[in-house]
Amino acid sequence: MTSRFSGWSLLLGGLSGQRRWREQWRAAAPKRGYDAIIVGGGGHGLGAAYYLAKQHGIRDVAVLEKGWIGGGNTGRNTTIIRSNYLFAESSALYDHAIRLWETLSQELNYNVMYSPRGVLMLAHNVHDVQVAQRHIHANHANGVDNEWLSPRQAQEFCPPLNISGSLRYPVLGGALQRRGGTARHDAVAWGYARAASALGVDIIENCEVTGLQRDANGAICGVATTRGTIECGRVGVSAAGHSSVVLQMADVRLPLESFPLQALVSEPVKPIMPCVVMSNTIHAYVSQSDKGELVIGASTDAYTSYTQRGALHVNLHTLEAICELFPAFRRLRMLRNWGGIVDVTPDRSPIIAKTPVPGLYVNCGWGTGGFKATPGAGHLLAWTMAHDAPHTLNAAFTIERFRDGTLIDEAAAAAVNH
Amino acid sequence: MLVIPCPYCGPRPELEFSYGGQAHVLRPAAATNPDPAGWNAFQYERANTRGLHAERWRHVHGCARFFNVIRDTTTDEVLRSYRSGEK
Repeated sequence: MTSRFSGWSLLLGGLSGQRRWREQWRAAAPKRGYDAIIVGGGGHGLGAAYYLAKQHGIRDVAVLEKGWIGGGNTGRNTTIIRSNYLFAESSALYDHAIRLWETLSQELNYNVMYSPRGVLMLAHNVHDVQVAQRHIHANHANGVDNEWLSPRQAQEFCPPLNISGSLRYPVLGGALQRRGGTARHDAVAWGYARAASALGVDIIENCEVTGLQRDANGAICGVATTRGTIECGRVGVSAAGHSSVVLQMADVRLPLESFPLQALVSEPVKPIMPCVVMSNTIHAYVSQSDKGELVIGASTDAYTSYTQRGALHVNLHTLEAICELFPAFRRLRMLRNWGGIVDVTPDRSPIIAKTPVPGLYVNCGWGTGGFKATPGAGHLLAWTMAHDAPHTLNAAFTIERFRDGTLIDEAAAAAVNH
Repeated sequence: MLVIPCPYCGPRPELEFSYGGQAHVLRPAAATNPDPAGWNAFQYERANTRGLHAERWRHVHGCARFFNVIRDTTTDEVLRSYRSGEK
């Protein structure tokens, strides 16, 4: 059992030479069966297990992870959090997550370093300005904060930003969501794992699901894994880029395609970047981590892939945009780049829903923006599994919306591939 | 960056091409298949294959023609290409 973190426990840890710390969650081996199984040990899946145990009293739960927890997209994103989406369903969904972020460190007794430092989305042409204004008005109607900044106000908020009129795509202003920001991605996975484990959840790493087993009625009755077969009547799949691969084991076809999404970080420098800046039009995302690295998000590659890498020209394109917007960054060296596999839906909105198979639930389709939703996605997947019915917040995010023509078309709203 | 063998122009860098998605997705004939599930599958459902994937590419900065490529999505290795209508 892990002890609770407090000022006294940190002081005691320091006085005893930092040698008294124990492992933060139990290393579990699979039991014969569970009430519920979550496939995928990222932030979303660990969050779902935590909320199943905490809010719904379902503590006989296992999280199956084929690698190590937080080693997939949870450890491969740019940690941006915001909720200023256009449509009512989306802004409610993402704002639900922000409200959970605001108290998550206290909830988990683990510092996830949520930092609402503001997310500034730049406009570079007349169309951008109109789209941003429309988002701001829609957000206000839905009770979500978002405000327009002139170029000068944008530079006051983010001093390194270049607002010179001589840029190829000059900054004409930006939409600022002050409640947006970043969080520490590893701490989110570790915090949920620690809290879920303390409530009795088994976190089983190096355990890849190889089959979904169904009874005579077609309902889920277990999963086959690389560590043996496990009985279970309720399975929630939260496997990001591999969600369609897992769901195909139960003959469920999803409107998903998986693409590599790349990111990179610079060498660490002293604090220079006070907020998150995004530009959809010239495609750059940048913020600064607490270690001092500039964290830069690039685009998806053109083609579907599972390789967790991508082509260098995609990063080059983003760095050209960064160097133009932030001339002071031109001499920085880049330390690392990597790719994650993101599952993209045709309308760029997620799916958190029941599937046609009884006992099988899915949380997928977050595309390039899943990190920001981590607490909300976990909470809503747990709710949907516990009630065998969606929460009002995810009722619209079904698989069937494509068949029925009730898309939540954030892709068209943003007019970019994010 | 991929090197893609255009069946008309030979091997060229990926930047000369645009991606056309999964190959051989058949449009249902409206008269024989008014089934919404069939249209849903045609419009939205894709194999999203982990392994050998048949896909369309277009040589937009070359001959501008569509053709098909077999690529391994676990390694990004391009195995071969063939013209539309061939196998």
